[in-house]
Amino acid sequence: MQLLAFFVLSLLALVSAIVVVTHRNPVVAALALAFNLVAIAGFYFLLDAQFIALLQVIVYAGAIMVLILFVIMLLNLKQELGGRPSGIVPRVLAPVLGLVFAAILGRAFLSLRGGFPARAPGYGTVEAVGREMYTRFFYPFEVVSLLLVAAMVGAVLLAKRRL
Amino acid sequence: MSDLLFGIVSTMGKLAVVVSALMGTVSVMTWVERRVSALIQDRWGPNRVGPFGLLQPIADGIKFIMKEDITPADAHKPIYTLAPALALVPALCAFAVIPFGPTIELLGRRIDLVIVDLNGGILVAFAAASLGVYGIVTAGWSSRSKYSLMGGLRSAAQMLSYELALTLSVMGVLLVAGTLRPMAIVEAQGGWFWNWNAFRGGGQPLGLLIFLVAGYAETNRLPFDLPEAESELVAGYHTEYSSMKFAMFFMAEYINMTTSSALAVTLFLGGWQVGVPLPFEGWSLAILQILAFVVKVGFFLFLFVWVRWTLPRFRYDQLMNLGWKGLFPLALANVMLTALLVAFGLVG
Amino acid sequence: MAPRALLLVSAALFTLGVLGVVLRRGAITILMCIELMLNAANLAFITFARQWNQAEGQIYVFFVITLAAAEAAVGLAIVIALFRLKETTDVDEIHLLKW
Repeated sequence: MQLLAFFVLSLLALVSAIVVVTHRNPVVAALALAFNLVAIAGFYFLLDAQFIALLQVIVYAGAIMVLILFVIMLLNLKQELGGRPSGIVPRVLAPVLGLVFAAILGRAFLSLRGGFPARAPGYGTVEAVGREMYTRFFYPFEVVSLLLVAAMVGAVLLAKRRL
Repeated sequence: MSDLLFGIVSTMGKLAVVVSALMGTVSVMTWVERRVSALIQDRWGPNRVGPFGLLQPIADGIKFIMKEDITPADAHKPIYTLAPALALVPALCAFAVIPFGPTIELLGRRIDLVIVDLNGGILVAFAAASLGVYGIVTAGWSSRSKYSLMGGLRSAAQMLSYELALTLSVMGVLLVAGTLRPMAIVEAQGGWFWNWNAFRGGGQPLGLLIFLVAGYAETNRLPFDLPEAESELVAGYHTEYSSMKFAMFFMAEYINMTTSSALAVTLFLGGWQVGVPLPFEGWSLAILQILAFVVKVGFFLFLFVWVRWTLPRFRYDQLMNLGWKGLFPLALANVMLTALLVAFGLVG
Repeated sequence: MAPRALLLVSAALFTLGVLGVVLRRGAITILMCIELMLNAANLAFITFARQWNQAEGQIYVFFVITLAAAEAAVGLAIVIALFRLKETTDVDEIHLLKW
């Protein structure tokens, strides 16, 4: 049952990632990325990280991707012009990366043996993550909130028409 | 019967009950909306189809199925067809974590009357609210019409802004309850009705008020329905949709309303708790509790319709001002106050 | 389901992200491929957190998601500011610093 879920989720995640990377229309690419993020959240559920999975859906798929979609529609971006990319780096790097990708994928589906150790009780729950966060990681937590304030101020300043 | 089989069958049964109840609520709400709005406006409303117009939803359903499905020639067909589904599916998913009854005994095993009892249960409702924005934004964009796009973007911005106030208003309840599991939150509100979270038991009357206002904005209902009211004035995000696709948007809106009401009832008004300590146990109490839940949710749905025809519509800048400069700081203050109260042991 | 399979799916997603950054020409699409790379890394973090049964990996994912939000906001603000200047988001057109 878990194996089936893993297969389905990886198929969905990889197909939507390929759509993100190749589709001409940026809105379709953004929707495919949102779908990919929900598939990754599915992976997190499969790995018993319930709290982080729900956070991923709420924050990543539900807020960040909507923001990106907003900006795409605001700027009224048309389909990207295709055409062969110029320069040696894209022309050499891309095929090489493609081959690497194919090799990785082939390897992935040949190595399904092994498993995870038994799950600790209370792993992945809100209480477990919260306890770690507010004891060991309290200082990074506060610093990240400062970073968010800085990002907000920066974004508002950058996007203003007149300072 | 093995445990796994029993689990599967009971979950399927709960799913069937919840989905049919939601669809039934949608059709009843169409009648309630038209009848109550008519009575508020001193006219009759539907009174031809069946007694008191009670068969009107059936007539509406037949109309939706028989109408011609027009697709604008310039629309982006795949996303245009996908958008109603994107609006409807998250709306339905939010109901998976709302407990509609107590734990009952059946065939010697206990069943919780909630479809899924996740450890971070309340977050699923917020995840569904976040994903609901996609249906609107894609509908507005894929119609390839200036006014649809503006309506869609405005609605999405409104929903995003009020999600903040919505989530923060619930934070007070979570502080008091100490858990995110809806079943545990409801069970902590047992006993008399002043134990409910909106009254002395949790001290969250402000939280309930903010949740309701933010809920109206999330579901695009008056007084915050500028994205839809534009269809009376200019156009809205579902202006280019007809027949079944429009019906799906319609259903998604009513299901969102029901979810919002059910969440308010679960978090602030004791869920399925009757509010009076009763001496008897077992099946009769369970049925009474399910009935209590239905009555409370029905009251909030009636409130949705009542407010719609009482208050005037907000202008868009007034709306955004209220969300960011009014509700958000108020919700933050509520969280801080609740945290102080909980720390000093005065509530919870 | 094995840790190795999950890590290789994560590597495949990362490679796709890098391919996207190299091949795409729209600034926002490149940002989206960067998000894809971040998600691949998150998947690896969660896999290892499950392997060692610790909450630490999940905390790192929490921070990565927060940082991705901040980065997306600022990056999009930059793209908007650039769009006002140049009327395009094509990265091949934005070469003011070239000789």
